[in-house]
Amino acid sequence: MSIIARGIAKQFGPTPVLHGVDLNVPTGALVALLGPSGSGKTTLLRILSGLETPDTGIVEYDGTDVTRRPPRERNVGLVFQHYALFRHMTVFENVAFALRIRKWSNAAVYERVFELLELVKLADYAFQYPSQLSGGQRQRIALARSLAIRPNILLLDEPFGALDTRVRRELREWLRQLHQELKVTTVLVTHDHAEARDVADQLVVINAGRVEQTGAPADVFGAPATNFVADFLDVSDRPRRTVA
Amino acid sequence: MRRILIAAAIVLLAFLLFLPLVFVFAQALRDGWHTYVAAVTEPDTRSAIRLTLTIAAIVVPLNVAFGIVAAWALTKFEFRGKASLTTMIDLPFAVSPVIAGLIFVLLFGNSGVFGAWLKAHDIKILFAVPGMVLATLFITFPFVVRELLPIMNAEGTEAEEAAVLLGASGWQTFWRVTLPSVKWGVLYGTLLCAARAIGEFGAVSVVSGHIRGVTTTVPLHVEILYNDYQMSAAFAVSSLLTIIALVTLVAEHLLQGRIR
Repeated sequence: MSIIARGIAKQFGPTPVLHGVDLNVPTGALVALLGPSGSGKTTLLRILSGLETPDTGIVEYDGTDVTRRPPRERNVGLVFQHYALFRHMTVFENVAFALRIRKWSNAAVYERVFELLELVKLADYAFQYPSQLSGGQRQRIALARSLAIRPNILLLDEPFGALDTRVRRELREWLRQLHQELKVTTVLVTHDHAEARDVADQLVVINAGRVEQTGAPADVFGAPATNFVADFLDVSDRPRRTVA
Repeated sequence: MRRILIAAAIVLLAFLLFLPLVFVFAQALRDGWHTYVAAVTEPDTRSAIRLTLTIAAIVVPLNVAFGIVAAWALTKFEFRGKASLTTMIDLPFAVSPVIAGLIFVLLFGNSGVFGAWLKAHDIKILFAVPGMVLATLFITFPFVVRELLPIMNAEGTEAEEAAVLLGASGWQTFWRVTLPSVKWGVLYGTLLCAARAIGEFGAVSVVSGHIRGVTTTVPLHVEILYNDYQMSAAFAVSSLLTIIALVTLVAEHLLQGRIR
């Protein structure tokens, strides 16, 4: 399913966050929204999911205007930076949540949940609680949970942001393979340009609520369109003092 | 220096907390086991216990429901007047229980705001059970909300957002995600609310009218016995409240570890 956003503007109270952003995500693509923190990329993702409504502008899925469609009717998977797993449920029940809401039979739920847990390689942990898992494992469970409904669109908000570097690189690799397998239209929000370059087919560089540049990773890195893009890609190459 | 402070604290606790506790039971049993049982099973005491439990049985479920709804509204949504509403919740803690009782007298008394209307329709609130329920409802309102606010604030709204994106309705989200994640907090708040509902004296005393066997709760009954110089009976009935308090403390202790 393709996503088109046109002229998206949003402000929270007196603070403008997005100033007329356009976005085009073709069916089956993996697009990264890349930008520093506070650039508005997470807000844009939340608008695409329906959790936020833009002040102006429209969002279309496959050409249908969904700007005001409630999130629960969108069939969109969203993975949060801090996983947002249901702490009081086992891994199994977390993944099964959407299926239970849709009143699937127990047998069907069982089959689908284990299919997903195999996919994220955590079938052995089905009856543990999220608190017993590592960060990387939790994030894979969150991903499995969002895939349970076979979403048309997968949105990832800094999915690896809270993980250490090694786990991050592994998951990045794994996510790309998963995307090639499932071919679900995916939008990834990240402030890490290496992550964006390694995973995405297309980059959208955002700064201060505006799109600075759009293009394939090679093009964006090869020919930064603005000073900001050049600086952002360059500076973040060196070890940074701030902790993500 | 540290040892002196610790020793001082222990002595102070012993005098302030432990000694009165022992004293209650000692006095209760002063005239023997037989007098104790007689005092506790005497008809007025039994009706006081019944009334206390009735009031608690009405007030606690209502305040648990109000508390959950209020905490949910205050933590999961943004709206105008939210800050002042949060402050208002503490009102029953801030005003003296006697004043709380007087508020109801001013509202429902014969010369009160609704007095004439109530009289015309032959509805009795003051000096009757409804007034005592209302006063207890007011006094114990903050317990559940106060317990839930920090827990729900710390939880944030992401789990709810995840649930909604997975297709859950608002109602399903509440029952399946929000409520289960705060269940120990709810239980803890319920416990405190129940303990206070059973033990409340001031506000209930003002609106009760002290009609023996009709509008006396256990704490009011203790006062009546005490004023009648029935010391061992007064302490015998007190010991019931003390036992409830001790049970509450143990339950609190067990729950506290599970909340976070």
